[in-house]
Amino acid sequence: MKLNMTHLRQLEAESIHIIREVAAEFENPVMLYSIGKDSSVMLHLARKAFYPSRPPFPLMHIDTTWKFREMITFRDQMAHDLGFDLIVYSNEEGVRQGVSPFTHGSALYTDVMKTEGLKQALNHYKFDAAFGGARRDEEKSRAKERIFSFRTDTHRWDPKSQRPELWNVYNARVRKGESIRAFPISNWTELDVWQYIHLEQIPIVPLYFSAVRPVIRRDGMLLMLDDDRLKLQSDEHVEHLSVRFRTLGCYPLTGAVESTATTLPQIIQEMLLTRSSERQGRLIDHDQAGSMEKKKQEGYF
Amino acid sequence: MAHQSSLIADDILAYLQAQENKGMLRFITCGSVDDGKSTLIGRLLWDSKLIFEDQLAALEADSRKLGTQGDEIDYALLLDGLQAEREQGITIDVAYRFFSTDKRKFIVADTPGHEQYTRNMVTGASTADVAIILVDARKGVLTQTKRHSYLVSLVGIRKVVLAVNKMDLIGYDESTFRGIVADYLDFAESLGFEEVACIPMAALKGDNVISVSERMSWYDGASLLAYLESVEVARESLDNPFRMPVQWVNRPDLDFRGFCGTIASGRISPGDQIVVPASGQLSRVARIVTMDGDLEEAVAGQAVTLTLADEIDISRGDLLADAQRRPDYADQFEARLVWMHDEPLLPGRNYLLKSGALTLPVQITDLKHKVDVNTLELHPGKTLELNEVGVCNFSTAKSFAFDPYKDNKGTGNFILIDRFTNATVGAGMIDFALRRAANIHWQHVDINKESRAEQKQQKPKVLWFTGLSGAGKSTIANLVEKKLHSLGKHSYLLDGDNVRHGLNRDLGFTDADRVENIRRVAEVAKLMIDAGLIVLVSFISPFRSERNLARELLQPGEFVEIYVSTSLEVCEQRDPKGLYKKARKGELINFTGIDSAYEAPEAAEIVLDGGTHSAEELAEQVVLNLFG
Repeated sequence: MKLNMTHLRQLEAESIHIIREVAAEFENPVMLYSIGKDSSVMLHLARKAFYPSRPPFPLMHIDTTWKFREMITFRDQMAHDLGFDLIVYSNEEGVRQGVSPFTHGSALYTDVMKTEGLKQALNHYKFDAAFGGARRDEEKSRAKERIFSFRTDTHRWDPKSQRPELWNVYNARVRKGESIRAFPISNWTELDVWQYIHLEQIPIVPLYFSAVRPVIRRDGMLLMLDDDRLKLQSDEHVEHLSVRFRTLGCYPLTGAVESTATTLPQIIQEMLLTRSSERQGRLIDHDQAGSMEKKKQEGYF
Repeated sequence: MAHQSSLIADDILAYLQAQENKGMLRFITCGSVDDGKSTLIGRLLWDSKLIFEDQLAALEADSRKLGTQGDEIDYALLLDGLQAEREQGITIDVAYRFFSTDKRKFIVADTPGHEQYTRNMVTGASTADVAIILVDARKGVLTQTKRHSYLVSLVGIRKVVLAVNKMDLIGYDESTFRGIVADYLDFAESLGFEEVACIPMAALKGDNVISVSERMSWYDGASLLAYLESVEVARESLDNPFRMPVQWVNRPDLDFRGFCGTIASGRISPGDQIVVPASGQLSRVARIVTMDGDLEEAVAGQAVTLTLADEIDISRGDLLADAQRRPDYADQFEARLVWMHDEPLLPGRNYLLKSGALTLPVQITDLKHKVDVNTLELHPGKTLELNEVGVCNFSTAKSFAFDPYKDNKGTGNFILIDRFTNATVGAGMIDFALRRAANIHWQHVDINKESRAEQKQQKPKVLWFTGLSGAGKSTIANLVEKKLHSLGKHSYLLDGDNVRHGLNRDLGFTDADRVENIRRVAEVAKLMIDAGLIVLVSFISPFRSERNLARELLQPGEFVEIYVSTSLEVCEQRDPKGLYKKARKGELINFTGIDSAYEAPEAAEIVLDGGTHSAEELAEQVVLNLFG
């Protein structure tokens, strides 16, 4: 007879509770699917929450059009295999204007293609709740984020007027036009996520595993050549290195790390033995002090 | 250090296997900025290798810029998340931190210790198994130490660490430590803690945080981390009777009907008998379904799906309970309430209660007393302000199943939600059911509302006139009643002034009294509806939530809200009773429209423009609209 649930089973149960609560309380929820490892875990938990039924909400991917090609293939495969409805949304205005991380800088690009794209999609489909795979250990301002994070009718987040969350009771009341972002894996750490993927054998994008890939060095990062939109500058040259990604975003903004880890245990081993935090591979957080907090107030996940 | 297991490098698979079996502990740290609380947590994160190199570089830069430790690292800066707070040098909310060792994963609720933040502390403590109460060795047990301890005991934490910090600043003196411990234990005796572990500490230097310090050889206990790694977390939730609030009814097809929820307490196996308290129906568990296969047994904390042997009516919000050891089932109870919002509690106002998966309208029928969280003294009071704690009686719109919080945290808690703003305004812990709710039943009578109404050949209604003083409510209501009378209708007019001279003569004009005023009028109107009458109510009734309360007392269609919309300028110009003049001079306080708010209806059945039409025209409009 087991007395104590292990930490992973406790985290799993808490997440399932949150996912069920959102599905029950909201009229039109959606699960944001970013194709990364955290999304993969969230998707897996959603399946567990409603088994033997399928989760009663669609998946939505905000496609910035700059994702790694392997991510898109993986996304479509997962939606197909698991029988999810998948909505893919891109900010068409941004696409028309040719907004790219190269020409417009990472800050404006992220704002237009991610934050704006997300807001447009939420308005378009009138979703009143959106699941996100953010974790509190990712970044300082996330540590204070609620599990049910209230957003105004213009999608703004006000860190000063968040609702207190007690026990496992969540206040899900919103008025028309208002919404919440729900974070079922708030209390997971990067290590928990990897251990759970290992334990449950959850499929993830192959880019997380090391392989020889063509890369260039730019701004202190190793950028992978994923398509011909990445133009080499005169002093840059292509190297073929054994690399993998600790985090997956838009390929021009996501740096690879040199690694030989080709299995999950090796990835976890590498993570435990190195000392550099996971968002470091992303340009977005370095733009200015407290940048994540500002982005969140404006509606970024 | 935490993840130093050499297995990581040598045998990662063995390491992972060991990790998969580790447990979890949630704890809260209580203390003020000055007690070195952030430093302590920063230390735990640091020493368990949860700070990465890039974060360290940022920390070093920040320490030089903002830090308070000279050239040394200011661990506290790791924790202050939001920019505004960083600049003020304080944390103002609940933040959750994570670290793990080879034995356990830890979730730390980090909350500020300032007086005004009772709310945050109760929030953080609600999910914690253990509380660390920090005391500055130079200052000893302070008022705030007592406040923190009381709040921790209020939310049912039974294991406490008294961390006497900054021992380095008193030369690691044993007798000072012993004195503080004696003071604390003396005070804490009344709080019902099961265990108080007292640890002398110097968080900045690391003494007794991770490992036992050599500088305090007189101390023979465990280091803080060793204690946290080994403390037995109360397993009472496993020994309590089975409870599971139903979150979701799972119906993939006609053959499967599963009830999804997180087990709040106890354990369950196929064959066990359960009861649904709302209906009294019994059944047995058929299967415990999960995606990983059916289970032989499930315990508190697990999120499962149960199927039952019988087809009984169960929906979201129902509680499934051990049929032998049943919960209370009542519509009135006493609870301790922590108020969490800037806008004070108004007894009599209708709020929403959310308990488990159930949401119900609820009223506070009596505020028995407030608890001074600093002295634990009881005081009488009419409202609760932000961060105040009170003992209240509650009355819900219908009965529901619950347990006293002391017996069962999972089924004895609730939150209160403001119906208008949707804010979470209170957190409650149920003490006991009030038996009178269970014993008083409506007298069954053969003559009822329908027969009385039929005799009068009319449909009972409440015509609720709301608007500013001087808007013309009473004038119009009087004219409407005359017209109804001439149509042969049976009516009665309840007027603000008249009722205040009699039934409500004990009430003044504070917000709390205004709420009670309207509650009584609404209840009187309800009795008159029962008598078959058409009731005209002419009251300023400035708050939406009270008008909604009146609406909800009645059947759909019985309540007609009539908004006499006359601008403040016009009302003030008319000033039939000279009240605006007085209010402007400051001779009359809490006057609606001047220094007390009027919340206009958002969806009144009838809106009358009192500025441009005569009272006669408007009265005709009402009668035509309702009886034409």
